[in-house]
Amino acid sequence: MALLDVQGLKTVLDPNAPKQLWGVVAEFENEEALLKAGRAMHHEHGYTKLDAMTPFPVHGIEAALGIPRSILGYIVICIGLTGTITAILLQWWTGAVDYPLVIAGKPLFAFEFAMPIMFELSVLFSAFACVFGMLALNGLPNLYHPTMHFSKFGRATDDGFLLVVEKNDPKFSAVDTQQLLMNLGASSAEIVED
Amino acid sequence: MDNFNLDPGLWAKVRNIILFLFLVSAAATGAGFFIDQKQFFHSYLAGFMWATRILLGALFFLMAGYLAGAAWNVTFRRFSETMAATLPYGLILFIPVALGIHDLYHWSHADAVAHDAILQGKAAWLNPQFFMIRAVIYFAIWTFFGLGIYRNSTAMDKDKNIQHMHSNSRFAAPGMLLVFLATSFAAFDWLMSLDPHWFSTMYGIYIYAGGGLASMCTLALISLGFRRVGVLKNSITEEHYHDLGKWMFAITVFWTYVSFSQYMLYWYANIPEETIWFKHRFVGSWLSVSKFMVFGHFVFPLFFLITRKTKRNLTTLAFMAVWLLAMDYLDIHWNVMPTLHPTGFAPHWMDFTAPVAMVSFYAFFFWNRLQQHAIVPVGDVRLYQALAHHNI
Repeated sequence: MALLDVQGLKTVLDPNAPKQLWGVVAEFENEEALLKAGRAMHHEHGYTKLDAMTPFPVHGIEAALGIPRSILGYIVICIGLTGTITAILLQWWTGAVDYPLVIAGKPLFAFEFAMPIMFELSVLFSAFACVFGMLALNGLPNLYHPTMHFSKFGRATDDGFLLVVEKNDPKFSAVDTQQLLMNLGASSAEIVED
Repeated sequence: MDNFNLDPGLWAKVRNIILFLFLVSAAATGAGFFIDQKQFFHSYLAGFMWATRILLGALFFLMAGYLAGAAWNVTFRRFSETMAATLPYGLILFIPVALGIHDLYHWSHADAVAHDAILQGKAAWLNPQFFMIRAVIYFAIWTFFGLGIYRNSTAMDKDKNIQHMHSNSRFAAPGMLLVFLATSFAAFDWLMSLDPHWFSTMYGIYIYAGGGLASMCTLALISLGFRRVGVLKNSITEEHYHDLGKWMFAITVFWTYVSFSQYMLYWYANIPEETIWFKHRFVGSWLSVSKFMVFGHFVFPLFFLITRKTKRNLTTLAFMAVWLLAMDYLDIHWNVMPTLHPTGFAPHWMDFTAPVAMVSFYAFFFWNRLQQHAIVPVGDVRLYQALAHHNI
């Protein structure tokens, strides 16, 4: 999950680098075909290392491919509450410990005036955790991915619905998987090398 | 596919339950009038505000839904519409408040105003005649939009004409503004003027926020009640309850945001004429109630509803809906009662019978109207989108 996959980039740029099998990518015409094939791959044929690339979010794709819910929410609440505690400690330490100064007869520290900062820092920390946590969990930014070798990769951002099966899936067998995807209605399926 | 019409047997059974509840609670509350008149009017006002705000919250979010072109709420939108169309009957419930004006509102006594420079300054607004006129205006505005939207939507059931939906969306824009203003001023008149020296510009939205919350809880409970007897089981699904749960969560936070903002600004400025209202609520056992509200109305629901699981589990969602309705009533009680019981929290048995009487009164008319049409807006073009609603 490096920021820049140097080894991967070298492999892409060097035409003589040894290639190795990475997986199979198949293209489907529409989201219904993708959902149907994904469901069959996961629920009937027992594949687990599946992924989908689509031009827009497809409802129900997680359930079809057996992708578990993201843990992002738990990361966000932990870091968000860290923000709350940071705000309390910051205001208490600066106002009541490090430089105590009575202003307008108010207490040195009180939750009444600490609350807005507690709220703001909770939101700020949560937002950062949400954005950067999402990027980290997705392995982004990522300038290279083996699926880019798929000849119709660009259509995933336009009108193609791609289903990806990785080599490290226990059920994977390059030719059989490719054939199975074609049988499930793919308009094309290719073995992709890294 | 579900049956979108109410079964007459079920309708009659529930109507009898509502009628029974109303007769018992209204008789008890009515008897309370002869026991303790002042307590009766205060309990009545709290119950009246609590119940009416539920309908007003439903009207507001109904219009917001129309304005935003919402599809997720269509399967239970007829409940909101019927609740909004029940608002005119509130004018009947308002009559005892008008009759009890001298027991409730200090500013209504001419001799008190004569010795009070502040009340003299407010007399142009706070006088019994204008108070009654304003109440009628508020109900006129609520009735106009509540009944108007209801009529358009039920007309769409029959002729499937999309113009009714467009008409409702057009109604909704000025409607949200006017209904909000009317409710805000009603909160100033009926609750804030209990302490006529005190003022807060945030009070209207604070009171309305609780109403929005209570309306989401009520919609969830009505839907769950129908689900229990097997009605609309496939139309109002986990996905719709999940969204209602999100709203309950969001409005809990919004209520806290508004009520805390009101408190914090007064705490900061520390001006006696402003802090006095909170001072009354920090006396004796009222302080415990105030502290309890922070946890019961905010911290507990916040952490309870924050996960996806509790919003999608119908048992936990129902529990939270009941809890938040109770908290909302406590909030109103906490707003009304310190004028009557300045020394501490002293719930009276009328504080339990009055809200039941008010809610069953509205429920009776709600139930009557609900049976006159399909219980789902069958003519709405967004219905099929709503039936297939799915949260990512």
